[in-house]
Amino acid sequence: MNQLLRVDHLSMRYQSAEGEIDAIDDVSFSVSDGEFVSVIGPSGCGKSTMLSLIAGLMKPSGGEIKIETQKAPKDALGYMLQKDCLFEWRTIRQNVTLGLEIRGIMSKENLEYADQLLSTYGLYDFRDSYPDRLSGGMRQRCALIRTLVARPEILLLDEPFSALDYQTRLAVSDDIYTIIRREKKTAVMVTHDISEAVSMSDRVIVLTKRPATVKSEHVITFAGGRISPIACREHEEFKDYFNHIWRDIDVHV
Amino acid sequence: MSMSNRPVSDERVAWLRQVRREKTAVNITKIGLLVGLFVLWEVAARAGWIDPFITSQPTRVIATLHNLWSRGELMHHLLVTTGEAVAGFLSGTILGTLIAILLWCSSFLCKVLEPYLVVLNSLPKIALGPIFIVWIGAGPFAIVVITLTISIVVTILEVLNGFLATDTEKIRLVQTFGAGKLTTLRKVVLPANVPTILASLKINVGMSWVGVIVGEFLISKAGLGYLIVYGSQVFQLDLVMASVVILATVAAAMYFCIQYFEQKISRRRGIG
Repeated sequence: MNQLLRVDHLSMRYQSAEGEIDAIDDVSFSVSDGEFVSVIGPSGCGKSTMLSLIAGLMKPSGGEIKIETQKAPKDALGYMLQKDCLFEWRTIRQNVTLGLEIRGIMSKENLEYADQLLSTYGLYDFRDSYPDRLSGGMRQRCALIRTLVARPEILLLDEPFSALDYQTRLAVSDDIYTIIRREKKTAVMVTHDISEAVSMSDRVIVLTKRPATVKSEHVITFAGGRISPIACREHEEFKDYFNHIWRDIDVHV
Repeated sequence: MSMSNRPVSDERVAWLRQVRREKTAVNITKIGLLVGLFVLWEVAARAGWIDPFITSQPTRVIATLHNLWSRGELMHHLLVTTGEAVAGFLSGTILGTLIAILLWCSSFLCKVLEPYLVVLNSLPKIALGPIFIVWIGAGPFAIVVITLTISIVVTILEVLNGFLATDTEKIRLVQTFGAGKLTTLRKVVLPANVPTILASLKINVGMSWVGVIVGEFLISKAGLGYLIVYGSQVFQLDLVMASVVILATVAAAMYFCIQYFEQKISRRRGIG
């Protein structure tokens, strides 16, 4: 499969009044078309920084990020944040088309695509309601549709479920996972939750603590092919993957 | 509402009646208090407990109002004062918001001007009144400027604080869609702060009356403030009291207008 995203010897160094902070040091990995890759590491290891670098919100101090698509790199990426960040003064439909509006691509075709996604994922009846009418899971789904409407080729998920309580989190990650697979999107997810990473991804990249480097990579396969995240938590191999990754993460309490 | 299908229980009927009764009691007492005060005022004046020459009395206030009205003066003074107040608080809010936008756009300017704003905020702006009159001339424009000065600094500080407290995740979100500073302002910062701006509008209504009345005290040409000063100087307390009553009425009316406006906007935005 062709590589859609390549991160090459990436490094990032911050300047602050207290001194220099090395956040990322020589990180390389690549993501293939249609792959779901999780990046996991101890808290504060620079995972989110890496996503911001890939998204082009910051400039790296060293190394390169290559995105192999026809589109401009900025348009090829879709970002999903920790919070759903729905605007309470916009209706669901207006929230979903926010990206189109900002990029100035409110074409009839794109608006129809937005409506189509809303109806496929059960939000069409709420299109003229405001976000306070939605449940936590529906809000997160709405946030994902907002990202998908701009037709990104790579989704960047920055701990997208960390603001939810545990039960909702399981259901929502299952939901979001299904949508991403169904829309055949490539995804890079940053998380600190090992179960979440193992249950959703094709591959897990473990980072060391700051300055982050790649500690190990784990290809996740289950006998019998891909199954939904909740089902795979019951799989026998699940705990093996969990334990391997757990051992690789430097957790200091 | 899962309970709506059930037949209404006796307890609920009793509870609803209790709530309604309490509400009626509050309303009656509210109005009764006002009426009672006026009646007491009238009775006290007639019975000679107080001297109506210095305290006036409701019937004399009504007679004065009627007199002013029939000479066409009431409308004139009322319009002058209201016009100045509206011009003052609208320009104060709009200009204040514009300056806040400018300061949000340039963090350099914001850091430079911050101490000046803090000092200006603690300065009683009324003290600048005589200066404006000398500079601009003793007319309604000077009064509008005095009113504007009172509300503008608070507006800048309030609105700027609102802008700076805008959810950074929301700003980051629009940036991931490629929004620049201006788009961020238009799509996130301004709409997120409509409640802040409306709140400062509400504060400014109250403050603008202070500015207008003080301005009219100083300039003394027309308006309710002028009537109050004039009435006290010629010892016509009927005129002073009548003006105060009118002032209280229009100030309240304006406040309720803004409140209505605020509710309408927040309802349209799906909040509340």
